Amino acid sequence: MIAAMVPGAGNPSEYIVHHLTNLAVGQGFWTFHLDTLFFSVVLGLTFFFLFRRVAVRATAGVPGGLQNFVEIMVEFADRQVKDTFHGKSELIAPLALTIFCWVFLWNLMDLVPVDLLPLVSSWFGVPYLRVVPSTDLNATFGLSLTVLLLIVFYSLKVKGPVGYAKEFLTHPFGPYLFPANLLLNIVEMIAKPLSLSLRLFGNLYAGEMIFILIALLPWWIQPALSLPWAIFHILVITLQAFIFMMLTIVYLSMAHEESH
Amino acid sequence: MNINITLIGQMITFALLVWFTMKFVWPPIMRAMAERQKAIADGLAQAERGKHNLELAQKKAADVMRSAREDAAGVMADAGKRANALIEEAKNQAHLEGERLVTAAGAEIELETSRAREHLRRAVADLAVAGAGKVLEKEIDAKAHAKLLDDLIKKL
Repeated sequence: MIAAMVPGAGNPSEYIVHHLTNLAVGQGFWTFHLDTLFFSVVLGLTFFFLFRRVAVRATAGVPGGLQNFVEIMVEFADRQVKDTFHGKSELIAPLALTIFCWVFLWNLMDLVPVDLLPLVSSWFGVPYLRVVPSTDLNATFGLSLTVLLLIVFYSLKVKGPVGYAKEFLTHPFGPYLFPANLLLNIVEMIAKPLSLSLRLFGNLYAGEMIFILIALLPWWIQPALSLPWAIFHILVITLQAFIFMMLTIVYLSMAHEESH
Repeated sequence: MNINITLIGQMITFALLVWFTMKFVWPPIMRAMAERQKAIADGLAQAERGKHNLELAQKKAADVMRSAREDAAGVMADAGKRANALIEEAKNQAHLEGERLVTAAGAEIELETSRAREHLRRAVADLAVAGAGKVLEKEIDAKAHAKLLDDLIKKL
């Protein structure tokens, strides 16, 4: 078993716990998950510099292969935004593109063999390593809370503080049932970032867990299980990135709409 | 699962990444795509215009051809008319000339005839005188009978 070569591998439960432990420094709230931060920043920069490279050289003439790919991604994000979001905003389309690409790259790390990077890093004295940022709640909540801030920001900008407060109190049951309205709207507001981040986290966490469990099996049965799961996972990681992007667009377009 | 300061770090990273994308990635790519779209649209419009121009030119060429053909037909008709007129005129002239010639010839014939008649008259008178002399067996004095003879000639 590969697990035998990996640090922290005594019995299966130790192996699993080891794989689910972040490389952390600090205490309590002031804990930094270095692996999550490192991989998300590296992946973000990968995305940014790849696209920036194309953006700098972008030509209106016949595009090359990489430019074609980048243009397809940009156009894809732009079309999704234009289909759903009817206001005018400089931010939403780039935001959607960034979310899709970044989350996709996070999720893509799930297809790297579970023991590969922890093993390599252990040679350099790194005791723990989780390579998939979307299996860390801090990462997915980082995205969804930022989206929530944008929702609040745009709601205030479009409707004004009074209009937004009025919508909170009078929608959907009318002014006389304002406590129920308030409660419902608060729940809805909390549900948005919660569902966004937990959906992504849950899917990827479960996916990673299955890979870890497969890695515990005898080596000769592993390919028969991990290959189909990995192929299926290609769909999941793309779909989850897409869902995150789509829901962000939908939420922001709802924030832009006048009261329903 | 523990939520900690990593969350804030992720939010900052995310915000920066979105900002960078919005500032440095999105505009150039959109600009390039818009430019290409415009270039393609222009090209198509130009092709359309070219086709339209070609149609116009073809119509114009057909018009020119037709009017040239009409002109040519007109010129031909004029030329034919002119030729006919010339022929007619020539004919008329020839006719007149012929008539003139005939008249002149007639006059000349008349003159010759009267001259010949005069000559004949004279010859007949002479012959008559000679015959009368022979008949009378004597010389008739021509001078004495000149008046008689002249009367005779006139009666012939």
